[in-house]
Amino acid sequence: MYWNKIRECMPREELREYQLHKLKETVDRVYHNVESYRQKMQQRGLLPEDIKSLEDLKLLPFTTKQDLRDNYPTGLFASPLSEIIRIHASSGTTGKPTVVGYTRRDISNWAELVARCLVMGGGRRDSVVQVSYGYGLFTGGLGFHYGAEKLGAVVIPTSGGNTRRQVMLMKDLKTEILACTPSYALYIAETLKEMGIDRSELSLKTGIFGAEPWTESMRNEIQTKLGIKALDIYGLSEVIGPGVACECGEQNGLHIFEDYFIPEIIDPVTEEPLPPGEKGELVITTIDKEGLPVIRYRTRDITSINYEPCACGRTHARIEKLLGRTDDMLIIRGVNVFPSQIESVLMAAGETEPHYLLIVDRVDNLDSLEVWVEVSEKLFADEVRKLEDVRKKIASDIYTTLGINVNVKLVEPHTIERSEGKAKRVIDKRKM
Amino acid sequence: MFVKQISVFLENKPGRLSEITRVLSEKNIDISAISIADTTQFGILRMIVNKPKEAVDAIKEAGFPVSTTDVLAVEVADRPGGLNKALQVLRQAEVSVEYLYSFIKRSEDKALILFRVEDSQKAVEALKSAGIKLYGSDEIASL
Repeated sequence: MYWNKIRECMPREELREYQLHKLKETVDRVYHNVESYRQKMQQRGLLPEDIKSLEDLKLLPFTTKQDLRDNYPTGLFASPLSEIIRIHASSGTTGKPTVVGYTRRDISNWAELVARCLVMGGGRRDSVVQVSYGYGLFTGGLGFHYGAEKLGAVVIPTSGGNTRRQVMLMKDLKTEILACTPSYALYIAETLKEMGIDRSELSLKTGIFGAEPWTESMRNEIQTKLGIKALDIYGLSEVIGPGVACECGEQNGLHIFEDYFIPEIIDPVTEEPLPPGEKGELVITTIDKEGLPVIRYRTRDITSINYEPCACGRTHARIEKLLGRTDDMLIIRGVNVFPSQIESVLMAAGETEPHYLLIVDRVDNLDSLEVWVEVSEKLFADEVRKLEDVRKKIASDIYTTLGINVNVKLVEPHTIERSEGKAKRVIDKRKM
Repeated sequence: MFVKQISVFLENKPGRLSEITRVLSEKNIDISAISIADTTQFGILRMIVNKPKEAVDAIKEAGFPVSTTDVLAVEVADRPGGLNKALQVLRQAEVSVEYLYSFIKRSEDKALILFRVEDSQKAVEALKSAGIKLYGSDEIASL
């Protein structure tokens, strides 16, 4: 079953022609509408008409998260705000979030992509889909919501949290497809057990899980505990949100929707393209986006690409399950966290050279983040109350910046290991 | 009028307190009062020593966050109601007590209590006018 057979199963030769046509349109659009892209192209002596083939894509400059930051908040938008109907944002590295904007057409295209993913998971117009991704600035909730509505499914917008009520609705409304983070799926499984609800009382068939990296062993655990097929979905707000790529029923790589995105795999250091099958950094160019098109966006995610035909009949290439990154970004409960963000909070708290350590763990299937902060002379106070205030202040500032609850632990100086003068900032105990 | 107290940040883990006593004993520093405020994660060690400056330097060198605080050394009668008298005076003067602990040494039938109060100046005036004796650093050292 396909949502859009013509597009999803398009012969590759035809697909490439289509891509070239759309790429030219996109380059033309950003050159004329976005100052930053125009300047970068002019620096390279490039005009939109210089893009004559798909191979010419590599002539174009890369786009990074830093470009989005430098053009905060809407400097890279290629549509006037009168055309923009939605904003989403992800946490930024220096306190400012990364803002993305969508036109009406973008929202409709995004819904098309998510509808394809839902159909990959067996979704039909009479399916009951429960969206347990957070609703709000995060793309997960609303992205899935619009996709499921486009499909014509019955959407239950539970968002995250209040797990017992989620389970009750899941059982009573006979949810068939669950969309959430993989760690939350495991948490739901635990809650079922606590509530004494047997798997057979549920109608769940498929889970579409993403927004954080997860392993094959975690997939097996979810599939066994919930008795469902667990599919991996990939996306990032800078590109569009969930629905950039998704596994089909074969569970052998994620189909990246090539009629909307051109993927490249590059060596993150030399920036040279790598052949299919080799692991490198995924770079994405959007070719059907109005509000915020991105040219050669460096995702920092590590994967490989496979152009072999898939047994499902879709012709779009598959990327390998994503596990690693080329930078130090952590994904905690679906939230992007850079150690430098914690550092800037500590600096704001008056620490000129903060020594800290982030300890990430998965307790009861939920990610936890503990922040160890070395107590300097400056931070130290003779009263317990004042030290507790310091601790609470740091935790609440981190919550304000990142939107996640952390446990702050004050430790003695030199507790945190320093190797060759550079402190190790992160200990990730989650089994990836 | 005030006594210099040394405060040290200690993590709740084995061997931290003994590290401090080791450092002080090496420098031949005498501890005349000691107390620990503890929380689930960390503790604050508070001490009165005979050589505060040397003690601070040695503890700092050992890598602990350390600070000094002025506290009051209040003489009370070592019998029922002794401490109560001093506390009633502070209550009358509306001075709240952050914490207190007692001295190891004593002078005759008197006990010495160390007070950290919210408003030290006000406390000193109130205690003095009630005829309660306060010890200074020199008197402490000569005990």
